[in-house]
Amino acid sequence: MSAPTTWARRRRARIDDTAQGRSLGADALRRLRRNPVAITGAVIIAVFVLISVFAPLLAPHGPAEAFPQLLDRLRPGEIPGAQDGFPLGSDQNGRDEFSRMILASRQTLLVGVLATVFGLVFGVLIGVVAGAVGGWADTVLMRVTDVLLSIPSLLLAISVAALAARPSQTTVIIAVALVNVPIFARLLRGSMLAQRESDHVLAATALGVKRPAIVVRHMLPNAIGPVIVQATLTLATAILDAAALSFLGLGDADPARAEWGLMLATAQPYLDVRPALALYPALAIIVVALGFTLFGEALREALDPKGRR
Amino acid sequence: MTPAGARSGDGPLLDVRDLSVRFTRRGEPDTVAVDGISFDIEPGEVVGLVGESGCGKSVTSLAIMGLLPGRGPKVGGEVRFGGDDLLALSDSALRERRGRDLGMVFQDPLSSLNPVVPVGVQITEALTRHRGMDKKAARTEAITLLERVGIPDPARRVTSYPHQMSGGMRQRALIAIALACRPRLLIADEPTTALDVTIQAQILELLRELVAETGTALMMITHDLGVVAGLCDRVNVLYAGRIVERAERHRLFATPRHPYTHGLIGSIPRLDSDPELELPAIPGSVNDNLPWDTACAFAPRCPREIGRCTEVTPGVETAASRLLRCHNPVPATSA
Amino acid sequence: MLRFVVRRLVQVVPTLLILSVLLFAWLRSLPGGPAGALLGDKATPEGIAALNRTLGLDQPIPIQYLRYLGRALSGDFGASLISGDPVLAEIGRALPATIELSVTALLIAVLAGIPLGYLAARYRGRPWDNVTILGTLVGVAVPVFFLGYVLKQIFAVELNLFPPSGRLAVDLDATRVTGFAILDGLLTREFDASADAIAHLVLPAIALATIPLAVIVRITRASVLDVLDSDFVRTANAKGLAPGTVRGRHVLRNALLPVSTTIGLQTGLLLAGAVLTEKVFNWGGLGTLIAEGIERRDYPRLQAIVLLGALIYVIVNLLVDLSYALIDPRVRLR
Repeated sequence: MSAPTTWARRRRARIDDTAQGRSLGADALRRLRRNPVAITGAVIIAVFVLISVFAPLLAPHGPAEAFPQLLDRLRPGEIPGAQDGFPLGSDQNGRDEFSRMILASRQTLLVGVLATVFGLVFGVLIGVVAGAVGGWADTVLMRVTDVLLSIPSLLLAISVAALAARPSQTTVIIAVALVNVPIFARLLRGSMLAQRESDHVLAATALGVKRPAIVVRHMLPNAIGPVIVQATLTLATAILDAAALSFLGLGDADPARAEWGLMLATAQPYLDVRPALALYPALAIIVVALGFTLFGEALREALDPKGRR
Repeated sequence: MTPAGARSGDGPLLDVRDLSVRFTRRGEPDTVAVDGISFDIEPGEVVGLVGESGCGKSVTSLAIMGLLPGRGPKVGGEVRFGGDDLLALSDSALRERRGRDLGMVFQDPLSSLNPVVPVGVQITEALTRHRGMDKKAARTEAITLLERVGIPDPARRVTSYPHQMSGGMRQRALIAIALACRPRLLIADEPTTALDVTIQAQILELLRELVAETGTALMMITHDLGVVAGLCDRVNVLYAGRIVERAERHRLFATPRHPYTHGLIGSIPRLDSDPELELPAIPGSVNDNLPWDTACAFAPRCPREIGRCTEVTPGVETAASRLLRCHNPVPATSA
Repeated sequence: MLRFVVRRLVQVVPTLLILSVLLFAWLRSLPGGPAGALLGDKATPEGIAALNRTLGLDQPIPIQYLRYLGRALSGDFGASLISGDPVLAEIGRALPATIELSVTALLIAVLAGIPLGYLAARYRGRPWDNVTILGTLVGVAVPVFFLGYVLKQIFAVELNLFPPSGRLAVDLDATRVTGFAILDGLLTREFDASADAIAHLVLPAIALATIPLAVIVRITRASVLDVLDSDFVRTANAKGLAPGTVRGRHVLRNALLPVSTTIGLQTGLLLAGAVLTEKVFNWGGLGTLIAEGIERRDYPRLQAIVLLGALIYVIVNLLVDLSYALIDPRVRLR
């Protein structure tokens, strides 16, 4: 890619717009398909989702199933490695690490998606109300949002999760989601405000279109792009944040449930004995987080009208 | 200010030969912004480069200055200036010439000035680099320059930031920067487009004065024939990356030969024209252009189009210091 | 200027007040209240009632909050349930360690991030740029605590280059003056203590620096690209200025404006990352207090640290805004 000056960029953008008249969405999709970064991200995400969907079929054993032949060789300072029927060896409790890795993809996806969706839904609601209504509602909502944003994110998640009576998957999801609510709210409000002042909304208002219709039909569709990008990126940070909470002992307390963050956290005491137990889930988390980040960044680039060339 | 060697040497000051600029993009056909244009500028002369946006006039000026973005465009041809081909010079050699021999004024004075550096420093940095002045002398000179371009209270303004000035003042400052080292050629790229109409006239008047006073040659790039009318000695009319007509100013306005020039002049509002009458405009837009290789690019919008125009590239005719590229020119007596 | 600072500080007050109300409300909304949470599985109605009486939790909630607030305003955030010490004293002891770690990490991130980001922008699209971008993406995707363990395993355990944990060697009898280990060593002329403190600092600081580093590299790159594209850089080049002048005065001075804002936002990440890093390296700062507080459900301590974290965050960002006004003449403080 070259570094065109602003005039060249403007010129090209204009030529693209008028000559080919593509819609922003179709144009973004076209550029996503040509972008190797987007493809890499999409492939990682697709593999991850497929594995988690078919996890019960792919995993030879259950997540809580302990095997005598593994337990027999399990002693302080030794955790059995790969062997017949157990390609990744045993975990610290004599269970099949391979099956747990596969089944964990499902829980990890669940935590990531639910935390993102809850954060997104509440954030978007707050953002729409604040951005569309304005005035008093805007002031109050943004004040609270500012307060939440003034706490460093993980610290907020920690305090929410820590205050719960008993850590569980639900508290992890709530904690991570809550961190993202103000981020989505701010983002959406910002682009809604920009939309409210924009010419096409003014034109619709002048034509006498009713307010809710303007919000839903004219403002939301144009404001939602950055939100989608943020949601994709949030999927990555949600998984990482959940892992961090697990590491601090705020994760799911159910030992039978396999989740990568939890597996990584619980493998820490056995690092000297068998570092692979930490390595597998860590690599899985890194690759998946990278996949969402790559796709999110490519999406951001594709949706940026400045980058249409 | 004395013209520093402005009229020395023989031949033109700037001689552009067959200049072409094409932008290449992966997976897409090249965009030819400038398609082999040739023109020259005599020392002290004011030459206009006129055309619609997108016709390649700005790209031409940036190519002459060597300011096109690094790895995008391919530039061909020659730009002879004071005995050197500017296109063949090394980056550091070109940097020595820019600012000292060639100055440039840009369209948008706000974005063209560094927002976080005082205007005075933006002048003195050129003086210390090219004229070997120390900081104190450069500051004094900067104040003189600001005064010359008509900025009131220059001793105070020298410490102002661009956002503290009005649009007209910013453009004056930009002109002061471009003229700081008394260049032999000043390139002005749409210097009045971003300004209010009243300010436009002031800036044009200032440019005219400065050119007359310093003997600097001026290359005036504009889409506005009105700007050209009061300022230029000679005018080049550009269409789709090629020069379609060139003439001395008076002859161009008296007898425009190319239908495009004719249309441009026709669309200037005149005080004596009938207010009820609609202003004639050139129909269509640059998007309708045909490729120059096999036709006249202007043919689809041309009122005088004949069959040949869409089949054969019109050749260049030169006669009596005029240049014309047209199969069916406007008769010389019609305007 | 002064009015701006005062106004911003006044704005901080409602933020902290609302935050304290939220924390308080959340805590009370738990089934069984804090006492129930404290007792966990062992909670019986009688046990909860007894604990509530001792903690003064049998009063109406608004009264409880006002009492908490009144004490907090006089600097009394209650006593830690773990150590029994006043929470504020605990924090005071732990703070220098966290500041030392965070500031070092931030320095690493800034000093390495800005040049790396600049070089990536300058060689845009070349292999160097792609490697840098990929590095930043991976850097953000690696869990901080895992990176900490990997660094520890490789450079402390296997290669034995750095001490694996703690702030100072146990056998070193260093005098404590300010609580900042490196500074104390210099002040007391126990230079071996300073050197030892630095050696202890290297690995955790690098682990903590990765995410801010990645963010700063990316912001710097994007910002430099933006500025390189701008008209005033073209003007600077049209003047024929030396490349160094264009780079320093015109490109970097403008490109670093957004970067400076980012640095303020990074303090939030640093505080959070410190919790994880400190646990890995047994650092003994605020993060360790938090990790311990979580395990033992020490609510007074957690509440105070979260409030303090927010306060630090807000103040750092105020300082960033002030410095922003110094480097950008367009910003006027009102």
